[in-house]
Amino acid sequence: MSSSAVAPFVAPDAIGDLAAATASDSALRRFLHGLPGVDQVGAEARAAGLATRSIKKDAKRWALDMIVAMTDLTTLEGADTPGKVRAMSAKAVQPEPGDPTCPSVAAVCVYPDLVAVAKRAVAGSSVAVASVATAFPSGRASLEVKLADVASAVDAGADEVDMVIDRGAFLAGRYSVVLEEIRAVKQACGRAHLKVILETGELATLDNVRRASWLAMAGGADFIKTSTGKAAQSATPPVTLVMLEAVRDFAEATGTVVGVKVAGGIRTSKEAVRYLVLVHETAGVEWLRPDRFRFGASSLLNDVLMQRAFQRTGRYHSADRVTLD
Amino acid sequence: MAGRLDVRKTYKLYIGGAFPRSESGRSYAVADSRGRFLANASHASRKDARDAVVAARKAFDGWSGATAYNRGQVLYRVAELMEGRRDQFVEEVLAAEGGGRAKATAAVDAAIDRWVWYAGWTDKVAQVAGSANPVAGPYFNFSTPEPTGVVAALAPQSSSLLGLVSVVAPIVCVGNTVVVVTSADRPLPAVTLSEVLATSDVPGGVVNVLTGHAAELGPWLADHLDVNAIDLTGAAGDTDLAVDLEVRAAENTKRVLRSPAAEPDWTATPDGPRRILAICETKTVWHPMGV
Amino acid sequence: MAVTTQVPDLVTPTWDYAPAPEARTLATIEASYDLFIGGDFVAPIDGRRFTTVDPSTGEPLAEVAEAGAADVDKAVRAARRAFIRWSKLPGAERGKYLFRIARLLQERSRELAVLESIDNGKPIRETRDVDLPLVAAHFFHHAGWADKLAWAGYGPDPQPLGVAGQIIPWNFPLLMLAWKIAPALACGNTVVLKPAETTPLTALAFADICRQAELPAGVVNIVTGAGETGRALVEHPGVDKVAFTGSTEVGRSIQRALAGTGKRLTLELGGKAANVIFDDAPVDQAIEGIVNGIFFNQGHVCCAGSRLLVQESVHDAVVARLKRRLRTLRLGDPLDKNTDIGAINSAEQLDRITALVDAGQAEGAVMWQPECRLPERGWWHAPTVFTGVAQSHRIAREEIFGPVVSVLTFRTPSEAVAKANNTPYGLSAGVWTEKGSRILWMAQRLRAGVVWANTFNRFDPASPFGGYKESGFGREGGRHGLAAYLRTGADA
Repeated sequence: MSSSAVAPFVAPDAIGDLAAATASDSALRRFLHGLPGVDQVGAEARAAGLATRSIKKDAKRWALDMIVAMTDLTTLEGADTPGKVRAMSAKAVQPEPGDPTCPSVAAVCVYPDLVAVAKRAVAGSSVAVASVATAFPSGRASLEVKLADVASAVDAGADEVDMVIDRGAFLAGRYSVVLEEIRAVKQACGRAHLKVILETGELATLDNVRRASWLAMAGGADFIKTSTGKAAQSATPPVTLVMLEAVRDFAEATGTVVGVKVAGGIRTSKEAVRYLVLVHETAGVEWLRPDRFRFGASSLLNDVLMQRAFQRTGRYHSADRVTLD
Repeated sequence: MAGRLDVRKTYKLYIGGAFPRSESGRSYAVADSRGRFLANASHASRKDARDAVVAARKAFDGWSGATAYNRGQVLYRVAELMEGRRDQFVEEVLAAEGGGRAKATAAVDAAIDRWVWYAGWTDKVAQVAGSANPVAGPYFNFSTPEPTGVVAALAPQSSSLLGLVSVVAPIVCVGNTVVVVTSADRPLPAVTLSEVLATSDVPGGVVNVLTGHAAELGPWLADHLDVNAIDLTGAAGDTDLAVDLEVRAAENTKRVLRSPAAEPDWTATPDGPRRILAICETKTVWHPMGV
Repeated sequence: MAVTTQVPDLVTPTWDYAPAPEARTLATIEASYDLFIGGDFVAPIDGRRFTTVDPSTGEPLAEVAEAGAADVDKAVRAARRAFIRWSKLPGAERGKYLFRIARLLQERSRELAVLESIDNGKPIRETRDVDLPLVAAHFFHHAGWADKLAWAGYGPDPQPLGVAGQIIPWNFPLLMLAWKIAPALACGNTVVLKPAETTPLTALAFADICRQAELPAGVVNIVTGAGETGRALVEHPGVDKVAFTGSTEVGRSIQRALAGTGKRLTLELGGKAANVIFDDAPVDQAIEGIVNGIFFNQGHVCCAGSRLLVQESVHDAVVARLKRRLRTLRLGDPLDKNTDIGAINSAEQLDRITALVDAGQAEGAVMWQPECRLPERGWWHAPTVFTGVAQSHRIAREEIFGPVVSVLTFRTPSEAVAKANNTPYGLSAGVWTEKGSRILWMAQRLRAGVVWANTFNRFDPASPFGGYKESGFGREGGRHGLAAYLRTGADA
């Protein structure tokens, strides 16, 4: 929790009692549309301003390690095989062979049918196994199918489930449908942590990103996540800024801390460090930990490892010296 | 048998839509162009000037908030009413300025036409002087001329009606309100104009007319902190007065329309909207463009 | 390079940004500077010099010539001589000189940003990302006007005025120079410019750029000095136009001095802008707008949003969010790329800020500052928020010109307008609401030359800038700004 109590900017009755705000379709609509608006230009300007922070020396070394520790090393391809997942999992546990100071990543992220493989591959390490589910990435399936998808992942031992919201329902204004589905998935997750993917690239506006963030948090999300990585637009700094504001405000209002995961398109250390700055100066330093912020990525890790090597040796590194996963 | 005794007119000030005598109780004799007594005019005092500024300030929000189209119609109606009193104005201008009936008639006609000209400008000036500005960013940015507020004006000393109209009309057409000091020696046509204004649709306080002396009233108006701009046209030829007023105007950084070296030829067509823009502000508004 | 890397402490993180200083050596600072007159650097006639200091340390940077009346006379004569040919030069050729200058400014922008930060105390982030890009843009924009003046709406053959005497302040030294020189030159005038005595260095670097551009000698003259130098320039009979940016007090003395001279005048003076926050504002962006409005450039901004007018129903929420945001501001070394708040430009200015802050407390307003360690040397002031401020308090009426915001409340839109306009100034105003029609309603009624709606402190060479009432008169930027440097119609 942030050190200062901040009075909410939304209607006190709505935020004071989240249960009441979500009790009916009309109450939910009133609540979501009563959230403060987001001015796109202002949000983009703020994100761009924070992107000019210059992170050097110790601060950079700390950041690079933190990025590794926050990574959900991901493979979500139709061509995924047990072999591919085992290789990636090995790298997840020990990203930098020969450098014991390099932390393991937070999790590996795979499709449900490969959870069991991943689970065995990371056994004995701190690395968790996350699985996408709910008819990822489109989410266009019946609730029964989605719940079955979740159950298969959880039954195979997934520690974390990354679900997608029904963007069609959201954009059609059927917020209760979206909420009920999140609640149902949350229940199906059992002890597994739930990350709710908003697929912000399809939500079109930052106002919608804010509303979807609150909707997901009201539904019980442990994390809210930007994207599937499969849409035309994935994580962006302005979208992440708005989601970080949402988790910050949600914690202020309810005391419940929710994490944020950015996914898709983040390939360089430089971009990732900028996300850490966004976290640091928006939600606060309290969110700079792997159980509150994650990067869903595949190629990012190697760039971070090369940067780590540069920091260590003072020489720019070669891709030949970091492992393929 | 002698004809009936004519009923003489009392020439008063015009402040806030009313016709008070000077609070000072003073008046001064006004002579015609040959020096014969015409009438007594109210001799406005500093307190009259003060009251006029209060009236002008009070009228400002309503007048500047009216639509430009509405202001145009109101000013056009002034021309209509003047036309109806054309003969009276000719007689008064002729008496005040001499120079023959044809010249007086031309001046009155030009004065009427000048209202028409400025009436037409009310809803053009923002298009001519405004702009959408192509800033380097996702912002809609526009600039538009706005009235500056309460304007004090010294009307020309020679051209009693046409000169005064040429000074007052551009000030009020954009939404300013005005306190105008008439020609000291030739104030009577201005008072008759006040009567036209009072019966037209120009709201009380938009134009306030003080008969008296620029040298006496000017310093109070130039000093006045609730006057936003001063038009020194009527100080043409009186350098000492013009400089003194300009110095005083600096106290609240009034916009100053400086006096010309000599009174201009008012029969000439106005130089576009220059006089309007000389007492205008440019307001620029920014707004982001996003979804 | 042997470095030990610690595995991050994942439970109780702290993340201090390491210092990221821009290299001071990017800027060359001479020991001593002469005046730039007639294309040459020349020593002041009576040999007087003053010291410009680094406000972040108080250490001297350079000795700078103090122009006396005789030096100013020499500069004005040089400008008069240059005017003869410069004003006759085809507009397209004048424009090409300005394009050259714009390019040179871009090429040397890093050096100039560093120099500006050193001499002024403002953060490199701002000089690099705001001042210098706008400086180059201003020349680029006006370069294009030079051969298009006949289509600017000032008649078919607008003429230059002659020699412009220009006096600029210390808050945006090079940017204010650009705002003054670019339109003057584009319109065919020549200039004598006096930079502020605490920030002369970038103007002198600009003189060097004029030489690199091979601008004809005398078209731009730079006379350094303080108030007396400015007075000599304003009162010089060879000056046809005076352009001044600075305090209202000095502005009105200039207006007095010019009475009866027929010299044209534009003034860009002080402000006490209201930044109006409605209950339906996009609150996170509004907070950024408040911060940008008053803490940008240490609040040394004439159009700063120094009066925060908050709808009473959201006052507590806005103030709490503002305080939270201010805790993230980083105050310190202006050359550190992560610094948000730099040094106060001078001891004198710091005294002025401190006096008004003291007055605010004495009058009963409640002061708040984030925890913030001020450097031991140099001149600094922590970001400061006053709540419980009444319209009658000095801190709600007087321009503080520092990182101090006064929070007041309103209940209705009409009251917001009335309070916003309740000041002798009228330079700028801000409005924050998601309701479009209310924005336009407010914008129409706010008596200010620039209204920022759902944004604040944006500037652009194409956008006219200038004040109502005692914030001065005349506009700078765009088509409107050209009027200040052209003789048209009846006064041709």
